Amino acid sequence: MDLSLLGQYVLNGLMLGTIYAMVAVGFTLFFGVLDVIKFSHGDVLMVGAFTGLVAYLGLSELGVQSNALLSLGVMLAAVLLIALLGAAMARWLVLPLRGAPPINVLLITLMAGTVLREAIRLFYPAGANPKPFPRLLPTDSISFGALTLRFDSAILIALGLASIVAVHLLVTRTKLGLAIRAVAQDSETAQVMGMNFQRVVLVTFAIGSALAALAGVTAGLYYNEINFGMGLLLGVIGFSAAVVGGLGNLYGAILGGFLFAGLQTLGAVWFAVPAYKDVFAFAVVILVMAWRPTGLIAEQSAERV
Amino acid sequence: MNARVTQRPALWPAFVATAAVASFAYLFLRAEAQWEVAALAAGAVVALLVLGRTRLGAVVGSAWGARPTPLAWGALLAALVVVALFAEDHFALLMIATVLLYGVACLGLTIQFGYAGVVNFSGAAFFGVGGYTAAVLATHTALPHLLVVAVGGVLAGAIGSLLVLPLLRTRGHYAALITVAFAILFKTFLEVNDTLGGPQGLKVPGMRMLGWSFNDNILVGEDVELSFYLSYAVFSLLLLAGALVLVRRLERSWLGLSLDAVRIDETAASVFGFEVARWKILAFTLGNVLAGVAGAVYAMMTGFVAPASFTIAESLILVSIVILGGVGNPVGVLAATALVVVLPEKLQVIQEYRFLLFSGFVILVLLFRPEGLLPRKLRQYLPGWGRA
Repeated sequence: MDLSLLGQYVLNGLMLGTIYAMVAVGFTLFFGVLDVIKFSHGDVLMVGAFTGLVAYLGLSELGVQSNALLSLGVMLAAVLLIALLGAAMARWLVLPLRGAPPINVLLITLMAGTVLREAIRLFYPAGANPKPFPRLLPTDSISFGALTLRFDSAILIALGLASIVAVHLLVTRTKLGLAIRAVAQDSETAQVMGMNFQRVVLVTFAIGSALAALAGVTAGLYYNEINFGMGLLLGVIGFSAAVVGGLGNLYGAILGGFLFAGLQTLGAVWFAVPAYKDVFAFAVVILVMAWRPTGLIAEQSAERV
Repeated sequence: MNARVTQRPALWPAFVATAAVASFAYLFLRAEAQWEVAALAAGAVVALLVLGRTRLGAVVGSAWGARPTPLAWGALLAALVVVALFAEDHFALLMIATVLLYGVACLGLTIQFGYAGVVNFSGAAFFGVGGYTAAVLATHTALPHLLVVAVGGVLAGAIGSLLVLPLLRTRGHYAALITVAFAILFKTFLEVNDTLGGPQGLKVPGMRMLGWSFNDNILVGEDVELSFYLSYAVFSLLLLAGALVLVRRLERSWLGLSLDAVRIDETAASVFGFEVARWKILAFTLGNVLAGVAGAVYAMMTGFVAPASFTIAESLILVSIVILGGVGNPVGVLAATALVVVLPEKLQVIQEYRFLLFSGFVILVLLFRPEGLLPRKLRQYLPGWGRA
């Protein structure tokens, strides 16, 4: 295979890996603090992308011309609104089900995801059709020999990685992060020590959802198209990535995200019919789970009987 | 206390209840105007509320617990009467048969999830395995169709056994991922596989049994033509009855007790000498076989199979039916199946919004009645036992 094509595959894989990792980090954060899987995460991402689109339309209507300002506005609007949405879902859907079987939480968030998806399909103007997402980032490219690197991809990958690093720093270096880790480790003791359990949970859900919104806007800017169903597969892939990496572990989520993107890319190169790439990637996921039942970076667990 | 044990509860309230449910099913399926449908639905809600608040529900329940056999025959008869009343109505019969077949699949999920606690998010995939088996075998071989249906079930069980090893090694969310991954893998595989028809799917020939073609309308005398769906509806009804008996017997036996032990506390069960792996394999395989059998019949009835019918969204609907009905309660599962399948078809007003409303409804149930509409009761080995 010639070098430029290989370069394209690698770049595309990196982009996908970044998006997957951003989604997976959310899953792992939620699992960390509450031991729950919030299955609506992919649809929250989709709503984030639509929020970004609406913000773009609104800002253009107001006469904002600068692409930089527009991108900033789009991202800010998506991140802030979706952070609120995430916290609200935690407050009214996830927290009331504490103590219920975990499958109930999974199901209720799944249904909430369906509500979001259907609401966009039905109530967004012509929401059933794919919507064009504006090209806001510079599309110039520089070439290194055979390899072409487009600025927008580079910016998006850098931005995604930066946001993951930021979340990581927040969790490991700040007082809020300490609270999140304390609740994750032992929520009862954390409460005894005077931590506001509910606030920590809501903030965690806000952070995870904001990251998903950013991932949604990233996907929109990269593909220049969004649709109401885009979150379904992204959510499942993010979930797979988080689980394969090892739930509750940030590095695991990142590892899982890039691993999944790598598998898809490999599948696309390998098979004569590239569509088999998802079959291949999910089959490997099942095999990995058989090999390491609690993920690649295994969850530390000792069961009390 | 002693008097209670020996006293046999009267049967007639339970028979009356069966008749009421059957008449309601008849009226509901017959109703055309939207206001009729809405009124009937509202009436059912009120009736259920009254039943829940008064002793009536308990009376009916204890009659079922005490003498299930005559009541079960009564219910089967009532169902046959309803089917017979719609003998010329294609659409109603199709809906009845759909409910019955989905019911069989959901009973499969009940064994897996309700008894052994093995979560299966790829129920529709195993339903699909049955359907595709029927499509391939009935088109390309001369195998008797009853055998084709059976092979559909066996194959679903066999393909499910591919997942057994990872499922046994994992727990909780990790196990959930495996079936989620399989559901997507299965659908994507069908979409890209040209031998199996790709996204367009395959045609499935109608069922033939002992020279009887299921896909021809039935002529009675000169001018009465009964819908061909009648054959399918009756066949599905017998299938469902068989599945119900199986599930009931399973629950009552020491097998069911072992499954419960495994579900409630795996560690404790293994400490007490239960072979956790064995029970999980039994439940998972049995459930998939039921789903596969139902899928094979469903495919032959509708005449085609396509990947779009076996997505993860369909699997999730099956799981929500099980939870909605009341985990581990076969009767609740059947009620929920009927609700989920029939209501959107009848209430055309909500057709467009049905997924939205359905999801909203499940959210409300999970928030306010997390044990499901008809929660599972403790086993009653003896009539009146355990109620002092």
